Amino acid sequence: MKDDPARSTYRHRLPVRVMHWINVVCLFVLLMSGLQIFNAHPALYWGEYSSFDKPWLALTAQPAGNGQLRGDTQVGSLHVTTTGVLGVSAHALTGKPQARGFPSWATVPGQRSLADGRRWHFFFAWLFVINGLSYLLWSWRSRHLERDLWPNGADWRGMGRSIIEHMKFKHPTGEAATRYNILQKLAYLGVVLALGPGVVLMGLAMSPHMDSVLAWLVDLVGGRQSARSIHFLIAMAFVAFILIHVFMVLITGPVNQIRAMITGRYLVHDEPSHDEPSQNEPSDKEPAHD
Amino acid sequence: MTDEQRRRFLGRALVAGSAAALAGCNKLNDSAGFKALLAKADTPTDAALHALTPEDALAREFTEAEMSPVFKANGSKNPQTPEYLALTANGFADYRFKVSGLVRTPLELSLDQLRALPSRTQITRHDCVEGWSCIGKWKGVNLGRVLDLAGPLPAAKYVVFRCADDYGHNGGRYYESIYLREAYHPQSILAYDMNDATLPIPHGAPLRVRLERKLGYKQAKYLLAVDLVDSLAGIGGGKGGYWEDSGNYIWHGGI
Repeated sequence: MKDDPARSTYRHRLPVRVMHWINVVCLFVLLMSGLQIFNAHPALYWGEYSSFDKPWLALTAQPAGNGQLRGDTQVGSLHVTTTGVLGVSAHALTGKPQARGFPSWATVPGQRSLADGRRWHFFFAWLFVINGLSYLLWSWRSRHLERDLWPNGADWRGMGRSIIEHMKFKHPTGEAATRYNILQKLAYLGVVLALGPGVVLMGLAMSPHMDSVLAWLVDLVGGRQSARSIHFLIAMAFVAFILIHVFMVLITGPVNQIRAMITGRYLVHDEPSHDEPSQNEPSDKEPAHD
Repeated sequence: MTDEQRRRFLGRALVAGSAAALAGCNKLNDSAGFKALLAKADTPTDAALHALTPEDALAREFTEAEMSPVFKANGSKNPQTPEYLALTANGFADYRFKVSGLVRTPLELSLDQLRALPSRTQITRHDCVEGWSCIGKWKGVNLGRVLDLAGPLPAAKYVVFRCADDYGHNGGRYYESIYLREAYHPQSILAYDMNDATLPIPHGAPLRVRLERKLGYKQAKYLLAVDLVDSLAGIGGGKGGYWEDSGNYIWHGGI
């Protein structure tokens, strides 16, 4: 890598870098404290109220004879034994198997505490909302949203090729690597404009106090228990996004990528590309992007 | 290092970093200072809930067809305190609901007297802090109307609900509290009927409070009295409720 002809470009501006890492902390805590809260009643329903005998998702402990517990994951009418991970797993301190939805290594705090989990969740929810609103405002004012994230005509036309390249794990190099590709743009816009606002709104829709002004929203999604289910599903979509995001970082020059999100500097290798360039528009020289 | 080795190293570092972060969270969770920091979010949350909703905006009400087939009873379901057993012994005939504290005229009302006051019936959704919901029908008298009979003094700021049940932890009785102004919300009622029948013991007989914009733990069951006070300090553990004192639950209970 050292021998490659490489030039350093400025890729991520400071506000984006700061807000990105705040987001990392927020999402980590929100996801894991959310699972702690979920564990207080590890079942999800559709509709306004809980039909206790008809959850669409339930993580339960079932007697397995001779005093043992079997972890059972129910999705719809499907039952899977998940002892050790879902339904039944080790107590955070004693290590003894106990009935708990998600295991202690996936919750904040590790020990069962609905009240503590809620404290973490609401504190970091404020941070997440303030950070998210700051990001939206900054991205709009600095034209980051419009210039870097909004797909242009060439992006849409190149979508088929971009999908094929992603499937072959072939990623833009050289100048093209200084811009977001169409799939990145769509993924980031989806997170920023759909998952983020969606998860916050579904959280608010679960509040009995907010219900007095958000009843329309609760109705729109089919009821309070539906809002809880959707809140959970959006959180799982965040997990999927994070897994893919981290995977992509790892396979596209992780040191360079991580450095770029810390210092802003990204090394571009300008070797003549052996394949046709993945973007057909010449890039604007300067502000590289975030 | 080859790219492959670097990837593997970074992947492992990520897993190790997450585990370390989680251990750090657990350490922080045991720290009183950090707990106090997390609790600082309560004030803006409480303020935002009240700022974003008109003071007497109603929680959604439902039709009979939308009611839950089963309404789950949670928490205390059959109190065994001497004062409660004495009340159940003769079917609550000696029950007197007390209004005291910062009022002009302290009151003692029998169930018949409460039932003689104008009533409100509401079919609402009960949201437990654990995450589940049930829809039930409640009939009772507006809390604000009862307080007005006693005449709150200007210094009164909070309503404290005194209950007959305890959780056997410390002999302390269950209690809860709200802002005085929340007692005047149209859906804040002292309920004596549930689902067209006398309020059953698992749901708080003979009287419980319904606060439809709050989570279940705020809606105290087995009510004996309400006290009007100017401060929650000095009552129980000083945090305004049984679970707030003993379990780190959030006082406003609105989300």
